[in-house]
Amino acid sequence: MIELQGLEKRYGDSFAVRDLNLVFAEGELTALLGPSGCGKTTTLRMINRLIEPTGGRVLLRGQDTHTLKPETLRRGIGYVIQQIGLFPHLNVAQNVATVPDLLGRPARDTERRVDELLDLVGLSPAEYRFKKPAELSGGQAQRVGVARALAADPPVLLMDEPFGALDPLARDKLQDAFRDIQRRLKKTVIMVTHDIDEALRLADRIALMNAGELAQFGTPDDLIHRPASDFVRQFLGEDAALRQLAGRRAADFAHPGDPAGLPTVDAQLDARSALGIMLREGADALAVTQAGESIGILRWSDLQTIPMQPPISIRDEVT
Amino acid sequence: MTSSSLTAARTGRRRWPWGVLLWPSLLLLCLIPGVLPRLLAPLNLGELTAFDPPLWRLTLTHLGLVALATGVVLGLGVPLAVAVTRPGRVALRQLAETLVGLGQTVPTFAILALAVPALGFGWKPTLLGLIVYGLVPVVSNGIAGLQSVDTSALDAARGMGMTGRQRLLRVELPLALPVLLAGVRTSTVYNVGTATVGAALGAGGLGEPIINGLSQQNTALVLVGAVLSALLALSLDAVLGLFAPRT
Repeated sequence: MIELQGLEKRYGDSFAVRDLNLVFAEGELTALLGPSGCGKTTTLRMINRLIEPTGGRVLLRGQDTHTLKPETLRRGIGYVIQQIGLFPHLNVAQNVATVPDLLGRPARDTERRVDELLDLVGLSPAEYRFKKPAELSGGQAQRVGVARALAADPPVLLMDEPFGALDPLARDKLQDAFRDIQRRLKKTVIMVTHDIDEALRLADRIALMNAGELAQFGTPDDLIHRPASDFVRQFLGEDAALRQLAGRRAADFAHPGDPAGLPTVDAQLDARSALGIMLREGADALAVTQAGESIGILRWSDLQTIPMQPPISIRDEVT
Repeated sequence: MTSSSLTAARTGRRRWPWGVLLWPSLLLLCLIPGVLPRLLAPLNLGELTAFDPPLWRLTLTHLGLVALATGVVLGLGVPLAVAVTRPGRVALRQLAETLVGLGQTVPTFAILALAVPALGFGWKPTLLGLIVYGLVPVVSNGIAGLQSVDTSALDAARGMGMTGRQRLLRVELPLALPVLLAGVRTSTVYNVGTATVGAALGAGGLGEPIINGLSQQNTALVLVGAVLSALLALSLDAVLGLFAPRT
């Protein structure tokens, strides 16, 4: 879908990004992870040419992005930034409609699309359509930011620390909401983050960068269980496996089974806490319940493999 | 923000600001022939005979000069402010700020006097003086307004594929507008005062009774010009205030 070939950005004698080769698969969320100054944001901004590379190529569906006009390229790629950057003089609906307007889509279609998207990001259109950005909380504003990036239904979404400026509670909710959106829409998402938990929680694949170069590229499991270098192991931390569990719900690991006599946990509880309960209770399996009813059991051994999709579907809480 | 003002903002309706009409109506009242002389008579400052040309005509000439100057100032000042605030033009911006600041320190009368040899007497040198003087607040506020635009909004605009022109028209200028309009208001109000000096060059306007009053030692005549130009300035200020967006 998107391929970086020998991508390079040099400022004078120093390299911000050096000889980067990466393939972002269609429909997957890839996290560009790394310490500050590792070149992850530079890499992201070279994909939509907000920064022009000094070497190498970016291929979008096989086409060199350099052959496109920057504006044309960018209108086909969703863009979400940490500072959100809503236009303060426009209301929520007008903000969301930005790219469809730039593309000259009919106003009537766009109006319907705006309502769809506000629903998608969990904001009631009737209540929020005419609000100004100043009337929104940080979490609500970034929901609008996500809706705006998705407005023209771009196949690719670039996100630069999208949830980094939010308080922990709003961040958790928005990460959950975004994961659900991504499961439904299957966009090719590239998300810059320095937050390991966020990467483990949301990403199908992680590209860990250090000092402008790729340290390791693989699934979260690859990075945790087969780190390519000491840097990777140190960056993720010795408790990386636990942190990975923290981003999953107990229900994600549950399998059908007999719950009789087992300690119970709520389906919405995170898997790390479920593990804590196992340790506390001295049990090697838990009954997972939702609204008082058992929906399956969670064994100790289930926690050793992280499922990409929950084997048992559960009702999502509206957040 | 109260709920009622929220509703008003949402539906786009505003309560008509009646207060705005105060100064224009006072001005119109004073322009009715005979009203000002009668009002000033008890002060015993001097004889007021019939005005020729009539006061409303002087006021219109004055207003015309100021309006023309403001139009030219907008036409020059806004593009100038835009031009020097484009990325990578920091030196140009500083130069413009310095020049504009310098413009403010030169006395109006000096600008007018210097313009006479080039343009002759009449309204032309006056207009030039008004333009030079009026540019100051418009350019400096324009620069300040454009500089204050949230950089993250601009980054988002660029990232979503707006061209430079679209960013300017859809994001930068609307966001800079309140500060820019404040500059236009200042510029216009200043120029109502400055334009009175133009009468010395034969530009007409409300400076005429002032100058005649001074040469004839007739304070009442001076007062007529002063009161009318003050009312004109207040009226323009009130009317331009209508355009200021409410937050």
